[in-house]
Amino acid sequence: MASEIRLVPSSGHVRHGSNIGQPLTRRDGILKVTGAARYAADNSPAGLLYAVLAVSSIARGRVTFLDVPAAKRHPSVVEVMTPAHKPPLAQDPDAKTNPFMFRLDLLQSDQVRYAHQPIAVVIAETLEAATEGAALLAPHYETLPARVGLDDGESFVPPAVGVGSPAVEAHGRVEPALARASRRIEATYETPAQYHNPMEPHAIVAVWEGDTLSIDTPSQGLIMARDRIAGLFGIAPAKIHIRSPFLGGGFGSKGLISGPQILGIMAARLVGRPVKLVLRREQMYGPVGHRAPTRQTLRLGLDGAGKLTAIDHHVKTASSSFDDFFEPAAGVSHTLYASPAIATSYDAVRLDTGTPLFMRAPGEAPGSIALESAIDEAAAACGMDPLAFRLKNYTETEPMSGKPFSSKALRECYAQGAERFGWSRRPRAPRQMRDERGFLVGWGLGTATFPALMFEAEARAVLRSDGSGAMEIGAHDMGQGAWTALAQIAADGLGLELERVEFRSGTSDLPDGGIAGGSAHTATAGMAIHNAGAAVIAKLAALAMGDERSPLFGAGNAGVVARGGRLFRRDDEERSESYADILVRAGLGEIDARGKGATDPAAQSAYAMHAHGAVFAEVKIDPDLCQMRVTRVVGAFAAGRIINPQLVRSQLLGGMVWGVSFALQEQAVIDARSGRTLNANLAEYHVPVNADVPSLEALTVEEHDPHVNALGIKGVGEIGITGSAAAVANAVWHATGIRVRRFPIRIEDLMIAD
Amino acid sequence: MNLFDYVRPASVAEAIAAASEPGAAYLAAGTNLLDLMKGGMSRPMRLVDLSRLPGLDRIDHLPDGSVRIGALVRNADLAHDAAFARSYPAIAEALLSGASPQLRNAATVGGNLLQRTRCAYFYDVASACNKRQPGAGCDARGGENRLHAVLGWSEACIATHPSDFCVPLVALDAVVEIEGSSGRREMALEALHRLPGDTPHRESALAPGDLIVALRLPSEARAFAPHARYLKLRERTSYAFALVSAAAAFHIEDGAIGAARLALGGVAAKPWRARAAEAVLAGARPGDEVFRRAAEAALADARPSGDNAFKIELARRVVRRALALAAAGTPARVPALPASPFSSAPGAIHGV
Ligand SMILES: Cc1cc2nc3c(=O)[nH]c(=O)nc-3n(C[C@H](O)[C@H](O)[C@H](O)COP(=O)(O)OP(=O)(O)OC[C@H]3O[C@@H](n4cnc5c(N)ncnc54)[C@H](O)[C@@H]3O)c2cc1C
Ligand code: SF4
Repeated sequence: MASEIRLVPSSGHVRHGSNIGQPLTRRDGILKVTGAARYAADNSPAGLLYAVLAVSSIARGRVTFLDVPAAKRHPSVVEVMTPAHKPPLAQDPDAKTNPFMFRLDLLQSDQVRYAHQPIAVVIAETLEAATEGAALLAPHYETLPARVGLDDGESFVPPAVGVGSPAVEAHGRVEPALARASRRIEATYETPAQYHNPMEPHAIVAVWEGDTLSIDTPSQGLIMARDRIAGLFGIAPAKIHIRSPFLGGGFGSKGLISGPQILGIMAARLVGRPVKLVLRREQMYGPVGHRAPTRQTLRLGLDGAGKLTAIDHHVKTASSSFDDFFEPAAGVSHTLYASPAIATSYDAVRLDTGTPLFMRAPGEAPGSIALESAIDEAAAACGMDPLAFRLKNYTETEPMSGKPFSSKALRECYAQGAERFGWSRRPRAPRQMRDERGFLVGWGLGTATFPALMFEAEARAVLRSDGSGAMEIGAHDMGQGAWTALAQIAADGLGLELERVEFRSGTSDLPDGGIAGGSAHTATAGMAIHNAGAAVIAKLAALAMGDERSPLFGAGNAGVVARGGRLFRRDDEERSESYADILVRAGLGEIDARGKGATDPAAQSAYAMHAHGAVFAEVKIDPDLCQMRVTRVVGAFAAGRIINPQLVRSQLLGGMVWGVSFALQEQAVIDARSGRTLNANLAEYHVPVNADVPSLEALTVEEHDPHVNALGIKGVGEIGITGSAAAVANAVWHATGIRVRRFPIRIEDLMIAD
Repeated sequence: MNLFDYVRPASVAEAIAAASEPGAAYLAAGTNLLDLMKGGMSRPMRLVDLSRLPGLDRIDHLPDGSVRIGALVRNADLAHDAAFARSYPAIAEALLSGASPQLRNAATVGGNLLQRTRCAYFYDVASACNKRQPGAGCDARGGENRLHAVLGWSEACIATHPSDFCVPLVALDAVVEIEGSSGRREMALEALHRLPGDTPHRESALAPGDLIVALRLPSEARAFAPHARYLKLRERTSYAFALVSAAAAFHIEDGAIGAARLALGGVAAKPWRARAAEAVLAGARPGDEVFRRAAEAALADARPSGDNAFKIELARRVVRRALALAAAGTPARVPALPASPFSSAPGAIHGV
């Protein structure tokens, strides 16, 4: 048997292309546009009660009084869960046993650590009653001064940034290189706190039956969520069933189960009935993560010819007072430009906010707007075209590690993007272009980069005697189209038409699909699917090749290839047999096999793996009124194999819009005295509307990467933001001659006296 | 949300009777009021739902050339009424620059006039706000006040009135018709909204139970149609409140300004009629120089109320541009990006 499996090597059992690479529309699209897709909060099991959070209006201090009797007097209020009255937990919510475990606020004490921290949960027969009950609690506080800004509090060097990356790294010696440089650029850039704001708020419907727990909740990481819940409640993971078929966006905020979701489960336990808890929009500005503010200082050294001799990237950022997540914004400087000396470092303060978390392109998004702005400033200082400057400092190896790139088609991205955009017509000096209506026009470039990561996942493949197949994986569709892209990989992996494959996903009883984050989901889950497909085809092939009655008998070393529900002899495609025939003859209803997806440590240590891109933006600015509009963005991206061009395009476009948002709109406005976010709503937390970005184009540049994984997938979920934000900022400079280093750029930043 | 009575009156008289009780509030489309109730900023004991009152949803073009707009006419319906938009193009443009299509489809004329400020501290019940709670203090002072008032503010309150619609209305001498317990009266829109003074919680000249039944534009206002524009600066191209806006309108006779109208939005607790600027413009030939003087006059009394000095200069620029646009002539149809600087060329003539 073992030898036959080798005859069907894991990447060669099918010829990809019948499904992979096709621009299929989302298979769940109709469900979504007709409202038939059932999101977590759409579930209302019999006997349901509604839970509403009461959240803190202070950022730091202690709750001294809650008017629980008043809430309980409301005729429809059933229970009020408080630190003094809650079901026991098996684990301290402040315990931390691995780096992916974040401290949660589960009413463990009367302490308040940030505004909008849950301080009680009111459970009632109706949503309205629970809402009013929460208002009736009218808390009293003992308030301490809130620490809100990057200058509040003592700064320290964080123990690690992102997930376990060192806070101080160097290659070569930056200080002497800066001292010797014939030209130096030093500039400081500031980025604000931002909130994920998925359309769908965090929601949970929890039903306990004895010690089994059934949950509907959006999750980007089902198994991690399940295990976290199991730990907190002291029950076996197998007792927990989570359904998360659709997410209305997550952007990282649903990667780990959040405190409010756990509170929904606790509420259900307390009342012994099913409970639904849905966050209000403003309640999402606190307990479910955010992107921390940064202040980044870039020091670049240049020789006389415009080559970088030193890059020093220092990041000041913030975490919460009680947990660690430090936005790893300097990481981009490790990979993007050749330089004999590179140093990155961090310092941080602790603020009275919820703990920051992964938010779409964590690190790379704020890091690249700073680095790519500085690079633009350097190009201007050298009198060079920004693209020519970047090509001059192009690197074929990752400068920090010295590793070669597993693939890097960034030159092609620059070339194709520039061609499409018309970059060669750009005047070098700023404030040179006007359109026919007199608006200032500026063109800017930003380089995009994001690491090609993989986590771990498993899938189970099934072939049935009716000729159909199934693929099972607890994968996640946050809206990116995983239901479609992964099913395409499944169909090819099983050698079946897509319609013949039942793709089962989105629940915690399925094999672990890993976490849908780090732009790694398609690669990780895709490889698990691919390998599970290979394994079940190997089993099928073994059945056929070992059976004298099969035309494939004795295919032996030649092996077989799977396509369209049949196995073909690789050396003689005239000889083939359908899956159904093989299984029926063997008297088997179905066969199954499992496969895993994970990083290849050998490849990891040999190569630097990143996706790349080049984003070109045009802004128009009213010269007098200074209102800005991004009129055109062209991005060219190289991200390995493209599983579904249509979905990939959507991801890239969405990322580019985030970039526009980063540069010009997005920010949490926080009152420096109270620590409360003042624009915690979708009307005033601005993101672009359609009219803000009239023309967007995403090109994908062909790239074959034999090292990232057998499918050659790199991931496209986050890279679109990187590069785009800086392209817009650089275009604003090019339009006006004004370099704004604090984001988002505002009208008054451009109002020079007339 | 607190428990409250819900009343659905069948007539104006019933509505007024129902709303004269303390703690009662009229409910129109609720796009503002319900948000305030959900957030606990407003806790009426009784909601008097106007939405089914008969006869308040008509636009009547009267024989004397004036137009009478029922208080329940939807913002979108008014903007898209072709005869109305022809006669009052700047008003249509202002309406279409406000909120989003969904909100405009719901929001009513009466509700738009009486919408509350967007001051974030007013919306944050944990903050001190004299408007919400007289005497509590004003957390916008010394807080995030970049968007707050530069005209007519007081130590007690620096909030602005957010309506776009009201800006050209006040420029064109709109009149509100009010029914109250003591009968029917009318009032210039300019007199409806109050400046904060020491009593920022008293936002309008209405008495408890007073119902706005209609809005009237005098026939003279139509004469401005060929030269009437609304311009709105905002932080994104659409779906944002004004940082600063201006409505400008002229009679131009023999190349000179016969009469000028100018009002500003986003700068004060009420739509701000700039009469001193109008006086500067009257009789002059339209041009940069006089527009500049008018802008100076319009903002002569402006002072920053916090971190918002830029709004004064921005307002001058907006006034100058709005005047230039109005002088250039009203476009044949409301531009695709209503009231946006991007719908028109800076300083250049554009099509009529
Ligand atoms: C996200 C968002 C964005 C917005 N953007 C803009 C914008 O850009 N520009 C803009 O101008 N507006 C904007 N608005 C505000 C919008 O125009 C108002 O919410 C709307 O006009 C209110 O009308 P309504 O019928 O819903 O009033 P309601 O909310 O029902 O009532 C508002 C107030 O008016 C009172 N009232 C209503 N009708 C009468 C009457 N006939 N007589 C006496 N009192 C009455 C009510 O008691 C209440 O106090 C926005 C609103 C939202 C929610
Ligand atoms: S400015 Fe006015 S509305 Fe805002 S907090 Fe102060 S008193 Fe309240």
